[in-house]
Amino acid sequence: MRGRKPTARASGEKVKKTPMTTPEERIAELLRALPAPPQGWLEAAKELPTARRELDTIVERIERDERFRELVRADLEEALRAEGVEPTPAVVALLRRRLDA
Amino acid sequence: MDAASDAALVARCLANEQGAWDALVDRYARYVYAIAARVYRLEPSDAEDVFQDVFARVFERLETLRDADALRPWIAQTTRRCAVDTLRRSGRETVVDALPDGPDEGLAELDEAMTVHAALGGLPPDCREILDRFFTRDESYRTIGTELDLPAGTIASRIARCLARLRDVLQPDAVSRAGKKADRPRVG
Repeated sequence: MRGRKPTARASGEKVKKTPMTTPEERIAELLRALPAPPQGWLEAAKELPTARRELDTIVERIERDERFRELVRADLEEALRAEGVEPTPAVVALLRRRLDA
Repeated sequence: MDAASDAALVARCLANEQGAWDALVDRYARYVYAIAARVYRLEPSDAEDVFQDVFARVFERLETLRDADALRPWIAQTTRRCAVDTLRRSGRETVVDALPDGPDEGLAELDEAMTVHAALGGLPPDCREILDRFFTRDESYRTIGTELDLPAGTIASRIARCLARLRDVLQPDAVSRAGKKADRPRVG
């Protein structure tokens, strides 16, 4: 095997780069591969169903109110705040997606 | 974390069932985060934007998913697309080419990691917690000992014991091979 690039064995089993590990070490390595994201990110993503209901009203207003539409174009986050909606990253991402659609 | 349970979760989300969306976010948050931060090595602020954008897309388009069993590959593809767009916008596209293992290998590793993470559900709560704190939250023995009211000197042995239990959940026949070197588990 010396000098050969490890790709795959004939059986289809992948050749790992660090073969001298125990099953427990490999499991530990795989556990480390999925670290927890910051709690705030999760909470923001979980807000999406609530945010969608709030955004329905805002999108409606954007469609019928030209002045508000301009405000949104100029500063989306400030426009959300003016409507009493906290511009969390999840809410902003969702609104941008809806406006781009 | 099998495909059938993903399909059931998608159905619950589409029926607006209470708690279903939270469960989907809990199940895939680490996966999306790891793709953005580990596979594509995005800066924290970019990784957060990608993370939120991915869940916004998934939320908005869930009903367009033709095969509910394909939730995981769909989320992976959506995250990849968002991450590459972010790198492109910042002029760092070459970063992808420079990744030592490449995105495909990184994703394969994460798929395997998802299987291991899902198997944690088959352990008693105390094992689940100690493994999660040590390996995925990167907490020290001292912090774990304080939080769980355990003597610091017992943490390492508990972690080893819980890892062995997790190995058995993943691969029951591995017990007889425990201790052998050069023998990695097939956890997928």
